[in-house]
Amino acid sequence: MISLAPEPLLGTSGKSFVALVLAVGVVVPTLNMMLPEASVLHVPDHIVTLVGKYLCYALLALSVDLVWGYCGILSLGHGAFFALGGYAMGMYLMRQIGTRGVYGNPDLPDFMVFLNWKEMPWYWQGFEYFPFALAMTLLVPGLLAFVFGWLAFRSRVTGVYLSIITQAMTFALLLAFFRNDMGFGGNNGLTDFKDILGFSVQAPLTRATLFALSALALVTCFVIARRIVSSKFGRILVGVRDAESRTRFLGYRVEHYKLFVFTVSAMMAGLAGALYVPQVGIINPSEFSPENSIEAVIWTAFGGRGTLWGAALGAIVINAAKSWFTGVMPDAWLFMLGGLFIFVTLFMPKGLAGLFSGWRKFATSKSGSTHIPQAAE
Amino acid sequence: MRLVVTAILLILLSVSAFAQDTTALVNALAPGNFKDREAAVTALAAAGNDATVPVLEALVAGNLHVRKSDQKVFITAVKGDVLSLVDPQTMTSAGEAAKADLDKIKVNNALRKMIQNTLGGLTLLSEDIGVRRKAALNILKSGDPTALQALEKAVAVEKDADVKALLLQATAAATLKSDKPVADKMAAIDVLKSRTDRETSSLLTAFAATAEGDVKTAAVAAAESIEGGQAKWAAAQNIWYGLSLGSVLLLAAIGLAITFGVMGVINMAHGEMVMLGAYATYVTQGVIAATFPGLMNGSLLIAIPVAFLVSGSVGIAIERGIIRFLYGRPLETLLATWGISLILQQAIRSMFGPTNKEVTQPDWMNGSFEIAGGFALTLNRVAILLFALAVFFGLMLLMKKSAIGLQMRAVTQNRPMANAIGIRSSRVDALTFGLGSGIAGLAGVALTQIDNVSPNLGQGYIIDSFLVVVFGGVGNLWGTLAGALTLGIANKFLEPFAGAVLAKIFILVAVILFIQKRPRGLFALKGRWVDA
Repeated sequence: MISLAPEPLLGTSGKSFVALVLAVGVVVPTLNMMLPEASVLHVPDHIVTLVGKYLCYALLALSVDLVWGYCGILSLGHGAFFALGGYAMGMYLMRQIGTRGVYGNPDLPDFMVFLNWKEMPWYWQGFEYFPFALAMTLLVPGLLAFVFGWLAFRSRVTGVYLSIITQAMTFALLLAFFRNDMGFGGNNGLTDFKDILGFSVQAPLTRATLFALSALALVTCFVIARRIVSSKFGRILVGVRDAESRTRFLGYRVEHYKLFVFTVSAMMAGLAGALYVPQVGIINPSEFSPENSIEAVIWTAFGGRGTLWGAALGAIVINAAKSWFTGVMPDAWLFMLGGLFIFVTLFMPKGLAGLFSGWRKFATSKSGSTHIPQAAE
Repeated sequence: MRLVVTAILLILLSVSAFAQDTTALVNALAPGNFKDREAAVTALAAAGNDATVPVLEALVAGNLHVRKSDQKVFITAVKGDVLSLVDPQTMTSAGEAAKADLDKIKVNNALRKMIQNTLGGLTLLSEDIGVRRKAALNILKSGDPTALQALEKAVAVEKDADVKALLLQATAAATLKSDKPVADKMAAIDVLKSRTDRETSSLLTAFAATAEGDVKTAAVAAAESIEGGQAKWAAAQNIWYGLSLGSVLLLAAIGLAITFGVMGVINMAHGEMVMLGAYATYVTQGVIAATFPGLMNGSLLIAIPVAFLVSGSVGIAIERGIIRFLYGRPLETLLATWGISLILQQAIRSMFGPTNKEVTQPDWMNGSFEIAGGFALTLNRVAILLFALAVFFGLMLLMKKSAIGLQMRAVTQNRPMANAIGIRSSRVDALTFGLGSGIAGLAGVALTQIDNVSPNLGQGYIIDSFLVVVFGGVGNLWGTLAGALTLGIANKFLEPFAGAVLAKIFILVAVILFIQKRPRGLFALKGRWVDA
């Protein structure tokens, strides 16, 4: 039985999460910009970039959780949406290089000159305008997810089958983007960025701003996702997750619900990629690799599936651990990560979030009024 | 001029049976101008014995020098700062000499051309059948009309039927380019029609462009018939490549068809089971090389049971240790087995290092046999295809005819009922998973022959394997066979048009779309228990 009491938009844990991310989004750039480098509290530039990257991963994990945690769609191809958003932003940044490239060609990016291309392919048109590029970071992943989802959900491809074809999708894109003929820089991808909106991407102020924007995007998407899942619409999503056939027999068009949430989630992943690229300074086809998508799923599982904030937290914790371990003992990291996959699935089905809120659920379950349905699949 | 030379040459060639000591003739190459040298070459060719050819070849290549002190000619090779000398008569080493002590015997273009023609004539009459065949093929390719007379001579004395046919075809090719009458050319086209190679068809096309009337039509028709034949062989070649790729896919996927198809376990560590099998082969070979080197040719056969046991027991350990707690939660299984795959990869990397390991190919898998029209089967691919089919039918037999196979099918179809009639389902689970993993190990043995043995070996096959199983229809071994061969052949037929990468992308997209149409694959299982 699902409780029909109206669910609060954010809840206690949600509010704490929003407050925390906003605080980090303000404090870290401030400490970086305002304090002198000698100060104990000064945050060095590379930490800003690193944590900014984690925030983008957190947004990706949030988008995975939205479809997996609330709708039961295990996508092993969300990395593809992330990378597509990244490529759209990368194309804008390439167009901003202008004559400062190695070949100094005012019209064509370096790799096109290198490949002896004479003119810009049609799909590069318009990317010199920031608003257009920004729109594309959302629309391209959104459109792909819409078409893919429309085909898959309509013919009721579910469960494992869906997971495997999403993986095949990102694998196909990986192979495609490796080709020089695609016009996206082949295996080198897009890099050597100079400016974004006239500000140097290397400048500390730009980095601090991008950091704050990443935090803001994470919070905004979190609120949107909460808005979706706490509504009546969200209750139906949970119904689809737990008993798809039953929901369909009750008269709901299950495929429409799935398609909507899948598309929204892909757009969030695209936004995460768009914020990621200017901060790390490169986008190449390896972002499409199936391993990346599966890692995003494990961040979600580790943080706590079906909690949204837990997924974001999981992404940050695992990536921080990864940075630390690959620096200290690089050989041990894959053992750690592999062990984590096994440990989490066997012993932590509710993830980190389950640990945090375990005591509260214990308290409420005694009254017997709310029963949290066990996630199937 | 050239015709005259050739004519003299031929007359002289006819007396070549009276070959004399050629030392004086070779030494005569050095003095005088190019004209003198031309005469010397002719005389040498006339004396033609086996020593002549290397001398003339060296002369063309600029490797013929004369020693200043005694005017003796040597074939030379650059060896650091000095030249190493070879006596042209005995073809044995004659020590070394400084470059300053020798003069190079120079040739100009006219002379070079003349020598090459002479060489053609000499090689056509060589005593070595391989040399004759090669010379005939060379003329067939070039269609050089100046070789006509030499060819006629060679045809007359040739005894080997194959080479004779080749010589006649070469004559035909040369006739096309000569100024012989139209009737001769028509006959030549008729002879050339029986060839199947691309060079002949382009020779005919080139001739058709210069010819007129009936000859032109005949040449065009002959070229087209050759090309048509070639298209057939190209198609046969594609089917063969496709079958070969399909057999690799089949091997990689068939173990998955057991663990995923029959048990419903999404084993993302399947590729690592393949990789373990490959490393088991590597270690087995190492042990055999160290203890019984005489058995090296059989090392792959010995590795087959070893790899099966290694991968199978690791599979059973995984099933007992992890997967059995996750039955009924396929997506969690997917994540846990992905974790296992990371650990196995890193473990192998720590033990054996990240570099590729060499697994030697036994002699009996080396080589190929040509069927026709440039269509050749390499033996290792044939062996893999046969091995894949043997594994497949062996597995079929096990599943359908043995007691354990019956129990496996019973447990997967209705676990409570199987328990009720006394089958220990948990034991059957472990054995089934072990069987699937062991077969993946067998795939590893085969893959050592065509792929790099590295910790990442399995990664390249996991997505393909899942696609094959899903495409063929989960839970159906015949579906896996059909799926693997279909995908393999489709891939190879797309490759010539689209390139390897695009072909692969097309296949991926096609399978994605196919699953929309038939969500349960080619051979869908029917019945109530399917959805359970």
